[in-house]
Amino acid sequence: MNQTDLWTVATIGGMAAVTVLTRCFFFLSNKPWTLPELARRGLDYAPIAALAAVIVPEIVMTQSQLISTWQDARLFGTAAGVAWFFWRRGVLGTIVSGMVVYLTLHLGVGW
Amino acid sequence: MFAVAPGFAAWGLMTGVAMVKSGMSIVEATLMTVLVYAGSAQLAAIPLLVAGAPVWVILATAFCVNLRFVVFSAHLRDYLMHLPLGQRLLTGFLTTDLSYVLFVRRFPAPSDEPGQRLAQQAYLAGNCGLCWGNWVGSSLVGIALANFIPTAWGLGFAGILALLGISFSLVTTRLRIIAALVAGVAAVAAFALPLKLNILVAIAAAVAACLMLERAGLGTVARTAVPAPEKKP
Repeated sequence: MNQTDLWTVATIGGMAAVTVLTRCFFFLSNKPWTLPELARRGLDYAPIAALAAVIVPEIVMTQSQLISTWQDARLFGTAAGVAWFFWRRGVLGTIVSGMVVYLTLHLGVGW
Repeated sequence: MFAVAPGFAAWGLMTGVAMVKSGMSIVEATLMTVLVYAGSAQLAAIPLLVAGAPVWVILATAFCVNLRFVVFSAHLRDYLMHLPLGQRLLTGFLTTDLSYVLFVRRFPAPSDEPGQRLAQQAYLAGNCGLCWGNWVGSSLVGIALANFIPTAWGLGFAGILALLGISFSLVTTRLRIIAALVAGVAAVAAFALPLKLNILVAIAAAVAACLMLERAGLGTVARTAVPAPEKKP
């Protein structure tokens, strides 16, 4: 059993404060302030850009390198999920179909 | 929301497993799940914590990994400013990527009208509550079962598939497709940057590219060209 360290607990407390600070950054202050129009329009693209930036490296990279083989279970899992989405449009089906293909190839074939 | 919950549960489960496997105690892992409540920052901080890195390095890392939330908070400001500070802090703390994305998709513009405001608050509260319960619950299960679930199974991939499904449901204009493509390529190209800064670089590149294309007159055409595939998650 791992030991609990007070210093680590304090660090975790600090990280909690960082979560609050970053997530509330622009609405901490009551001062009137409006977002510039350009930034407002730019925010239309921020959510999908953030998601793509998180997802794509997780699918096509291994240990900080672009994968060089097509024999990767993640590629086929992703393809299955995408195919499901365009066929049926459900997020749950995307997850389930993707995981079925992924786990079959990853655990079954070893890709 | 219910549709994506299983994917995030699998991700939370693997984060719980990862915390204990890396050498954190049950108390530490539980506190981190409940208090920090930021999966990507947690995963980035775990190796630093275990290696005994200085506190400021760990906090700076968490801050940088969380920088995307600063962008989201600028967007959410107009929706939340009428609330007292305490409620804003609580709402901000609980609003993760998923809740933010689903919320602004459901309510594209903030409202001044009390009934509409209440509807927005209710949606956000319900969404955040579900997300929190789902994440904390599954992480605690992961902490408890850490010694029985090998990380090699790669169950965390379900979280990526959940995000993938949400991204596709956000594709309502052609420029958003371009935003996703630019961000994806930029995130891979800038992957060598420390502290997950590649994500910020990718957001900035995608937003800048789309604003330039908008200015070139592509936006107005594209906006009507693609019908919105509206389907609740």
